[in-house]
Amino acid sequence: MSTFAGAALIVLGLLFFLSGTVGLLRFPDVFTRLHALSKADTLALGLICAGLALHSDAGAVQLKLLLIWLLVIVSGATCSSLIARAALAHGIRPWQR
Amino acid sequence: MPAVEMLFDALLLLCMVVLAWQGVHARNMFRAVVSFMMFGLLTAVAWVRLEAPDIALAEASLGAGLTGVLLLATLGRLAPERRRPRPRQAMTLTVLPWLALGLAGTWVLLAVTLALPAPGLGEAVFAAMPEAGVDSPVTAVLLNFRAWDTLLEIAVMLLAVIGLWSLGQDVLASPSTLPAPSLPALVRLLFPLFLLSTFYLLWRGGHGPGGAFPAGALLAAGLVLALLAGARVPRRMTGAPMRWALGAGLLTFLIVAVGVMGYGEAFFAYPPEHASLLIAVVEIAAGLSIGVMLTALFLGGEPTDSRSERR
Amino acid sequence: MSLPPGTLFLLAAALLFAIGAHGLVTCRHLLRKVLALNVTTTGVFLLLVTLGRSGTGVDPVPHAMVLTGIVVALSTTAVALGLIVRLERRQP
Repeated sequence: MSTFAGAALIVLGLLFFLSGTVGLLRFPDVFTRLHALSKADTLALGLICAGLALHSDAGAVQLKLLLIWLLVIVSGATCSSLIARAALAHGIRPWQR
Repeated sequence: MPAVEMLFDALLLLCMVVLAWQGVHARNMFRAVVSFMMFGLLTAVAWVRLEAPDIALAEASLGAGLTGVLLLATLGRLAPERRRPRPRQAMTLTVLPWLALGLAGTWVLLAVTLALPAPGLGEAVFAAMPEAGVDSPVTAVLLNFRAWDTLLEIAVMLLAVIGLWSLGQDVLASPSTLPAPSLPALVRLLFPLFLLSTFYLLWRGGHGPGGAFPAGALLAAGLVLALLAGARVPRRMTGAPMRWALGAGLLTFLIVAVGVMGYGEAFFAYPPEHASLLIAVVEIAAGLSIGVMLTALFLGGEPTDSRSERR
Repeated sequence: MSLPPGTLFLLAAALLFAIGAHGLVTCRHLLRKVLALNVTTTGVFLLLVTLGRSGTGVDPVPHAMVLTGIVVALSTTAVALGLIVRLERRQP
C-alpha cells in the first residue's frame, strides 16, 4: 500500500516539475519565470522526497530525505531572491501587460 | 542491462554532449559558462551511474560549483567578447569526409577498447586490502598504495596557489556589490553544516565513499560561499596562519613519508600495524589543506591588510 | 540489440574529447579555450572510470586517479583564469 502511495506521490511531484518547466519556457520575463520555477519545483521536490521516504523503511534515509528537502527550500529561496535582485539591478522591469 | 536504465544513460549522456557543445560554442559567453556549469552537474550524475560516489561528490562541489564561481568571477572582469561576425558558412560537403573519418576512428577505438582484457589493478588492490589500514579501497589507493601520486598532486595544487598569488593581489575574486540580505543569512545558517559534513566525510573516508578530496572540496565550497556573502579573511589569519594551513597537507605527508623510513621501511611504506593512524593523520591534514588551497585559488591573490581593511 | 556495458559512456567520452579538442583549436577567446580544455578532461575521466568498471567489480585505481585529476584540473583552470585576467589588463 505504502509503495503505491509513494509511487503516486512521485508521479504527482513529476507533474509539478513539468508545470514549473512549462512556466519557465512560456512566461514572459525573469520574475514570472522565477515565480513559476521556484514554487513548483520546491513543492515537486517535497512530493518526490515524501514518495521516496515511503519507499524506504530505514529511519536514517527518511531523515536524510527530509534534510535534503529543507536545504533545497532554504537555498532555493535565497537563489531566487538573488536572481531577482540581480535582474532588478540590471534594470529589468517587471513585465506588465 | 534493463532497457530503462539504458534509456536514462542515453538521455543523460546526450544532454551532457549537447551542454558541452554549448559550453564551448554558445553565442553568448555568459550562456556558455552557465551551460558548462550544468554540464558539470550532469557529469556528477554520470559518476553516480558509474558507481563512483566519491568522484560525484568532488565533481558536484568542484567541477560544477567552484569552477563555475571562478569562471563567472573571471567573466565579470573581462571586457565583453568582440566577436567578428563569422562568415556563416553553409555546412559544405567537405565536412562529410572528416565526419566519416572521425566516426570510423571512434568505431575502431571502441572495438579495440571493448576487446581488451579487463585492465586494471583491482584484484591487486583487493588482495592487499587487509594491510591497508582502511576499509575503503579508494582511500587505500589514495593514501597508502599510491600515496606518492597524492603527494605530488597536493604539491601541484600548492604550486598553483603560489603561481596565482605571484600574479598580484586578488586577480579573480571581487567583493559582491549586490545588496542582498538573504545571502549572509543563508551562509550563517549553512556554514556550520558545511563544517559538520566536512568532518563527517573525513571520518567516513576510512570505510566508505568520502575522504580527503570530497571533504576538502566541501570545506572550500563553504568558505567560498562565505566569501561571496561578504565575509573577509580576518587580518590575523592572513599571514603565517594561512601559510601554515596551505602547507600543512604537503608537510604532514612528507613528514610521514620520511618518518616511516626511520622505522626501517621504504618511502611511504607504512608499517601495517600503524597504517590506520598514519592514514588518519595524513587524511585530516590533507583534507583541511585542500580546502584552504581551493579557497586560496578562489581568492586569486594574496590577501593583504589593505584588502581586509577595505570592508 | 544488446550493447556491451559501458559502450554508451565510452562513446560519450569520445564525443566530449572531440568537442573539447575541436574547441581548443577553433575558439579564439581564451575563456572558451579554458572551457574546452575542461570538457576534454571530463572526456578523459569518463573513459578512465568506464574502463575501470568493465572488469569484474569496480577498480579503485582509476577512481583515485580521477579524484586527484579533478582537483588538478581545477588548479590548472584557476591559474589559467588568473593569467587571462592579467593578459586582458595588459592589452588596452
